[in-house]
Formats: sequence, C-alpha cells, structure tokens
Amino acid sequence: MLDVRGIKKVYEGKGRTVEAVRDLTFTVDQGEMVCIVGPSGSGKTTLLKIMSGLLDPTAGEVLIEGKKVDGPPPGMAVVFQEYGRSLFPWMTVRENVELPLKQKKLPNARRKELVDESLSAVGLAEAHTAYPWQLSGGMQQRVAIARAVAYEPQVLLMDEPFAAVDAQTRADLEDLIRDIWHRFQVTTLFVTHDIDEAVYLGQRVLILSSSPTVVRQDLAIDLPDERDQLNTRSSPRFAELRAQVYSQIHRPKADAAEPVGAGATAVDGGASGYGAAPDLP
Amino acid sequence: MTGSPAVMAPADGPVAGAAPGPRPRRRRGVPQSLLGLAGLAALVVLVEILPRIGVLPREYFPPSSEIGRALADLVQTSEFWTSVGDTLQGWALGLAIASVAGVVLGILIGGSRFTREFTASTIEFLRPIPSVALIPIAVLLFGTDIESKLLLVVYASFWQVLIQVLYGVQDIDPVAQDTARAYGLGRWARVRYLTWPTALPYVMTGLRLAAAVALILAVTAELVIGNPGLGKLLATAQSSGAYATTYAIVVVTGILGVLVNLAFRAVERWSLSWHPSQRGELVV
Amino acid sequence: MSIVRRLGLTFGLPIILLAAWWFASANSTDFFFPPLSEILTALKDEWFGPRLLADVVPSVLRLLAGYAVAVVVAVTLGVVIGTSRTVRATLEPVLEFFRAIPPPVLVPIFLLLFGIGDGMKIIVIAFGCMWPILLNTVEGVRAVDSVLSDTARTYRITGTARLRTLVLPAASPQIYAGLRQGLSVAIILMVISELFAASNGLGFAVVQAQRSFAIAETWAGMLMLGLLGFLLAMLFKLVENRQLAWYHGLRRAQRSS
Repeated sequence: MLDVRGIKKVYEGKGRTVEAVRDLTFTVDQGEMVCIVGPSGSGKTTLLKIMSGLLDPTAGEVLIEGKKVDGPPPGMAVVFQEYGRSLFPWMTVRENVELPLKQKKLPNARRKELVDESLSAVGLAEAHTAYPWQLSGGMQQRVAIARAVAYEPQVLLMDEPFAAVDAQTRADLEDLIRDIWHRFQVTTLFVTHDIDEAVYLGQRVLILSSSPTVVRQDLAIDLPDERDQLNTRSSPRFAELRAQVYSQIHRPKADAAEPVGAGATAVDGGASGYGAAPDLP
Repeated sequence: MTGSPAVMAPADGPVAGAAPGPRPRRRRGVPQSLLGLAGLAALVVLVEILPRIGVLPREYFPPSSEIGRALADLVQTSEFWTSVGDTLQGWALGLAIASVAGVVLGILIGGSRFTREFTASTIEFLRPIPSVALIPIAVLLFGTDIESKLLLVVYASFWQVLIQVLYGVQDIDPVAQDTARAYGLGRWARVRYLTWPTALPYVMTGLRLAAAVALILAVTAELVIGNPGLGKLLATAQSSGAYATTYAIVVVTGILGVLVNLAFRAVERWSLSWHPSQRGELVV
Repeated sequence: MSIVRRLGLTFGLPIILLAAWWFASANSTDFFFPPLSEILTALKDEWFGPRLLADVVPSVLRLLAGYAVAVVVAVTLGVVIGTSRTVRATLEPVLEFFRAIPPPVLVPIFLLLFGIGDGMKIIVIAFGCMWPILLNTVEGVRAVDSVLSDTARTYRITGTARLRTLVLPAASPQIYAGLRQGLSVAIILMVISELFAASNGLGFAVVQAQRSFAIAETWAGMLMLGLLGFLLAMLFKLVENRQLAWYHGLRRAQRSS
C-alpha cells in the first residue's frame, strides 16, 4: 500500500547542511493503523511532508500502491497539528469540509451525504454553520478530521494532531481516531512524540531515532483490538510495550556522534523503573 | 504605509512542535538586493528607451539620461537646497506638532472608557475628511505663509498618531492595570510606567504612518498653495517648460519619501525589539 | 448599554461642538469666519442645489472610475507579484519608490501627458491610489499561512480554485487595509486634479469660491468635501465589515483566548 524506500533529507543552508532524515524504509499495509513515534526534533514532520508530497526527499522514494509520489497524491488526506491554522477561517465548518469535495467535482447530493456523515462521525453534526474560530481547539481538530474523512482518502496522515489540545480532549480524540479507523477502514499513519499515545492507538509502532533519523524498531502492538482509556492503559502489557518504546527512543546511538547524555542515563533507570512498576498508567 | 495584520503566523515562520532542526533555507541563486537593483536598473533603462522609440511622447517625457542630467544640474543650485530645506522644515514642524498633540490627546482620551466612547463618533467623522478640503480655508487665512502648509500637514498626520495611540492605550493588560492600582500607583505613575511603555510601539507605528502622510501634504501644499519648497519648485519648472527638471524633482520627492520611510521603519523596529510584547500592526 | 446613554455618547460631543460653533460665530463680523447659519445656508442652496449635479456628481464619478481601475489593476498585479519570490524581490524597490512619490506631484506631469480632460483626472486618481493597494496585496499574498497553503496542496486545490478559496481570502484583510488607504488618496487626488485644470468638479468649485472671496460658500464647500469623505468612509466600512466579518471574529477569538 504505502512504501517508503530509503528516504533521506538534507537541508541545505547557508554555510551548513543539516541531515534531518538519514535513511528510512518501511511499508504500511492496506487498512493498517501505524504510529510513528520519535523524540522532538527527529524528522517526523519532515518524513510526513515527504510522504504527503509536500517536500521532495534528497534521496529515496515514496510509493502509494506502486505509484511514485511527486507532489500531493490523490487519495491522501493530512491532518496537521496546527488545527487553528489548517482550517480556512473565512469558511464555515461545513464549507471547510466540503471544499475538497468540490475540488474533486463530486455531485451535490454526494457531497452533502459525505459532509453530513463525517461531521456526525466526529460528533459535530450541530456545529456545521459555525466558523472554526468559534469552536474550541478540540472541536477545531474534529473539523479537520471530518474534512479528512469526508475526502475518502486511501491514506490518512496525521501529524501530531493532538499535541496542542488539553489532556481530556486528547483522550476523547484518540478514541475518536480508533473509532473512525474502524468505521472507514482507512490506512492511517499517526505521527506523535507521545509514547503512550503511540502504543494506545497503533497496531504497529515505528520508533524513530533522533535526527539524523533512522528507524530504531518496528514494533507490533499486540494489545486487543478493543481498547479503552482506562483498562488498556492500565494493563501490564501496555506498560511493557510502553517501556520498550521508551528505552528504544532513549537508547544512545551506535555512532556515538549523537549527544544523548541525558538520555543515556535515563535508559537503564527509566526502562527498568517502568518495568518494575507496571501498574503505573 | 504597509501594515501586516497578524492574522496568522508568518508563512516562513518555524512550524511549532517537531520541526526538524532548521527549516529549509530559501534557495536562491541571486541575492534579493541584487534583484532589487536589477529592477531599478530596468526602470531606468525603460524610461530611457520608451521616449526615444516614441512609445511615450518625447517632448513631455524626457528619457532618463536627460532627467539625470537635469538632476545633476539641479543639485548644484542653492535654490534647490533651499527648497529641500523648506519642505523638510514644514514636514518636521508639522509632524512634531501632530505627534505631540496626537500622543497627549490619545493618552487623555484613551485613559477612560467614557472619554473614549464620548469622542468616538466625532473622531469617526473628522478623520476621513480629506485634508485637502482645508486648502481654500488655509489660503484665505494664511496665504502662502508656512502656517497654511502646517495646517494641512498637522491635520493629516494628527489622525494617524491619535488612532494608533488609542489602540495602544486600549492594549494595556487589565491585570497589570489592577496590579498597579493595588500597589497604589497614582495616575501619573500609571501613565509613566504602564500606559506609555504599552503604547510605545503603537506610537512608533503611528509616527511612521504620520511621517509619510506629512511629507505628502507638505509637498502638496507647496504645489497647490505655493508655499516655498519642492512642490513650488516643481510647479515653476513645469509651467516654464523645463520638463526634465520637473521629472527630476519628482524623483527627488520619491527619494525623500523612501528615506523617510526607511528611517521611521528602523526606529519602529528598534522600538519593537526593545518591547517585550510582539504584536500585530493595526492599519487605519 | 441603554439607548439613551448610547445616543448621548454618539451625539453628545458633535452637538456640543456644533452648538459652540453656532453661538460663537452667530454675530461674527469677521470676514473670514461667517456665522455658521450662513455657511449652512450656502451648503443647502449651493452645494445641495445646482452644484450637486454640476460639480459634485462629476467629481464623484471620476473618483469612482479612477478608484475602480486602480483596484482591478493593483489587486491583479499584486497577486502576480506576491506569488513569485523572484518577481517580488526584483520589483519591490521600484514599487516602494513609486509609492513614496507624493501622488499630487503627478498631476502637473499627467497634465502634460494626457491633457486636461476627464481621462487625465481618472488616470491621476488611478495611478496615485494604486500603490498602497498594490503593496498591501503583495504583502497579503506573500504572507498566506504555510499550514493553510499545505492543506490546500494536500487536497489538490490549485489554480483559480486556490486563488478564489485560499489566496484572495487570506490576503483580504491586507487588501482591505490597502483599499482604505487608497480611497483616501483617491479623494485627495480627485480634489487636486480639479485645482489645476477643470471646468467643473468639487475641487474646482471650492477654489472658485475661495478666489472670488465667497467665504460662506468656501466654508460650505469644505463641509461638503468633509461630508463626502465621511460618507465614502462609511460605505467602505459597511462593505469591509461584511467581507471581513470572519477576520474580525477571528481576531476577537484570538484576543480573548
């Protein structure tokens, strides 16, 4: 379905170059829910921009169903972290969701159907005449998700969509994402820096190193499909997986050039510490 | 007179959150300043060629070489420098009066909700009155004395300052206001330590806008009323058929305008960098 | 706020000022400061009398024509220039220079180039007031939010749809700021262009009155110009408030958060 092959990205600056992504290869199958987790400053956003065709890689390629991505591909929707800036403030909620469908030249009736369905799926059936800035942050992000869902994408990319909302809203939105993924069976790639979130949401978690980025581990999440905030998060298996992701992220790099002094001490203490207290949420 | 309402974060700003190191640098082959120079050079070449090949009437639109020559002659006359001095004098004096009046009245009016609301309709009515409407009255009252020029300059630039100051004064953090009251700061101390620092960046924006408007009105007054200055020099040159000189003076007024803009922008940037709060500029 | 209080706040000061003018000038024998009653009579008899059609209307028509030309040309050019970084960098100093020229100095020049007809006046108005519109449009188009722009790209919104749904709305607060500046320049140029060579028009008639020392009529003409400026500003505000309702709401939401 989605093939990422040997992606490398180097930013050329005046007098200095920064290697943001070194070498990334992975695949995502049809209908899968994959979380990409990495420390702040790992090339998560860069990777996502390359997958969505917003940015050209320095080397490597991204394929969707065997077709190379050069420019934003059809059938891909992206939900950005900056919900306040990704919605068109001069359009109502409904117009925001409908805009990409108009661009797709869908007939009127079908557009209405999709807009209604997706807005009610995110629990915003009532708010469609409001403007985005009249809504709370969490609701704005719901609109962005509804817009993505209504687009009927083959692939749904989410770039730290809940990094800027409060904890309670965040939990609700996480469940919403699971729900939507079940309902629409859409291949979903979810980028986050939050380890708990990644484990809670994903069928698989791709653990990235800090920049220059490589894949540390491709971890299958063998939690039951039915998840809820209270039981899943307090299960021993959840804690184990979480600790494993944690230790991978904080493991010092093999090619010692990376200054992860703070991380290095945290690895042993952190990993074993979490292992010893599996009940902690 | 550009403004940038801070509707959203700037396009080239860093992406919040997990931005990977530095954002992609602008890739450009030629530096921007060089492109700008090329643009100016192209303008000069265009003005040189178009009159010569007859696209523009040669008689009334001299090519840039002739304008340049006229300019070179012009800057050697004392009359020119006296005119520049007269224009700048009217500009500076008018701007100073307008600024002081605008700041003082702005702080007085903006200080209380009642005075703000009581004066709002009057300000809304007086502000859009075009300053050139005052020309006949200015001529009747003062003739070509400097007062008529000042009347126009002050009237036009006063509003620019006043409005910005009013915005600035309203921008005061209510918590800070309460804190100041709670610590028993008197009226004067509140103006000195709270109102003025908050309003300062707005004042600077107002000054920049006012400076541009003041220059326009100074030259306009000279041109129309006949006060001594660049505007009058231009009118004289035009009516005596010295067209190249006329264009040269236009160029000079443009350069003056650019210089005034640059200078006040620099001052404004300085006041902004000095000021802790970043804010969007309000354009009025 | 109660209606009475609101009315008091809105009309209080204007009434006080007018009353002060009225009584202070009532028995004025000063040649230059006639009683307000005389001025108002002149305003009614002259400016809202025969001069309304003969002078005011032609002026306003030229103003609107010049302004309309400026808006179309400046917004179009502004979008083109604002979209390309190279074009922008090349033209910016030239545009800054043109904007810095006090527009009224163009009148004597355009007089030479285009004669003394209506065409010249419309060109002067259009040329003079297009710079603030143009530069603000360039700035607005340049500063389209990067996330919005990325959003539009991922949904493959391109070409005219992008212009219509993204670029122009995003730049509209800036464009309106430019339009407002442009409008006040246009009014100034409307008057100035009529001072030099005209046989009718508001500016022409006011100066005629002043030159023939018809003092009350001169004051009345000034009031008329003020009234026109005020009305146009109100009209502009009406349109702007409708078009930028989303922007003002957004600003309020951002400020209260």
